[in-house]
Amino acid sequence: MEKLKSSLTNMLMVLTAIAVIAGAALAMVNSVTAPQIEKINAENLAAGIKAVMGSDDIQVAPAEEIEGYTSYKVSDAQGNALGCAVTSSTNGFGGELKVLVGFDQEGNILGYTILQTAETPGLGAKADTWFQKDQKGDIIGKNPGKSNFTVSKDGGEVDAITASTITSRAFLLAIKNAYDNVIANPDAASGASAQVKDCKAEAGECCSDSTECDSINK
Amino acid sequence: MNYFKIIVNGIVKENPTFVLLLGMCPTLGTTSSALNGMMMGLATMCVLIVSNFLISCVKKLVPDMVRIPSYIVIIASLVTILQMCIKAYAPDIDKSLGLFIPLIVVNCIILGRAESFAAKNNPIASIFDGIGIGLGFTLGLTVLGSVREILGTGSIFGVNIYSENYGMLLFVLAPGAFLALGYLIAIFNKLKKA
Repeated sequence: MEKLKSSLTNMLMVLTAIAVIAGAALAMVNSVTAPQIEKINAENLAAGIKAVMGSDDIQVAPAEEIEGYTSYKVSDAQGNALGCAVTSSTNGFGGELKVLVGFDQEGNILGYTILQTAETPGLGAKADTWFQKDQKGDIIGKNPGKSNFTVSKDGGEVDAITASTITSRAFLLAIKNAYDNVIANPDAASGASAQVKDCKAEAGECCSDSTECDSINK
Repeated sequence: MNYFKIIVNGIVKENPTFVLLLGMCPTLGTTSSALNGMMMGLATMCVLIVSNFLISCVKKLVPDMVRIPSYIVIIASLVTILQMCIKAYAPDIDKSLGLFIPLIVVNCIILGRAESFAAKNNPIASIFDGIGIGLGFTLGLTVLGSVREILGTGSIFGVNIYSENYGMLLFVLAPGAFLALGYLIAIFNKLKKA
């Protein structure tokens, strides 16, 4: 068979045919894999929420969008409010760093898990264990509004991951942002907002702290 | 055409990592550990085999002036299909490599083999070329990943050999990738001549 000539009609026909076939193949694979991908994402999120709230026996309310952050109100099996889990993302060292962090009713951190990361393996990627309870950079139980929530290099009280200050800053900023925009946000209908508003009124330094942190992190 | 020869050619004589020096972006980016390197190599090999085969099948039907856009559409569709499958059935691989899978589209190994081999040879030979080059790439990435993992974090394929505290951080980071790659190319060329 001779090779097709590069005439306008031939080129148009071939490119269109290839695009149509490729599009059809993609649509077919997508229709098979999309439900599976959604299922895995939902499972990961459910497992993540359980992990960050520190309890398996919970009820999770549907997601709420607050200032661009997705928040899930969580209560225990009897319906008593426990707090909420918030997803938040910032730019880390290698790309987007997305965390899920759980707050109790007072705005204290119950736990966190990293949903998406492109940090350096062996360095920044340690963030998934470094800040957990009893580790070197333990942040569990801290309240981002009341404590000085930055790395010690910036005058804060959290030990950064060795040789990964940028990742540590991004990680703490993600949690701080989640706290400022969702938990401490008076407009947000979050379960924890009432108590936290009091905290803000009592301790005026909350606000000045957060602006400081922001400018340092920028 | 001797198919065995085509495979050996891809692994030794035209090894994409050590001889052709193609696809340096994924080579340096994903080899921070041996497992990541190997997975990336295997993913590229899958795309390469299928793309070589398809392009070789349609080579007579594609006019010369639109061959590059045609090849790119075919390759990009294959990569997207692979990415959706990985996301759906191997979420762990997606977690460590997710970012690099779409980059296979612009991996010059794949377009390079489409142009220099698949467009000139029959579909069966093209499949074997894909296997050979793919194995060569996987081998290169796995060796480079192993070297970096051993020197950088003291383990290989996640199995600890010595304490992580004695690892040289440099080798986990980008400059270490260049250094290790340079030495490996030197060693590979020495072995090839011998």
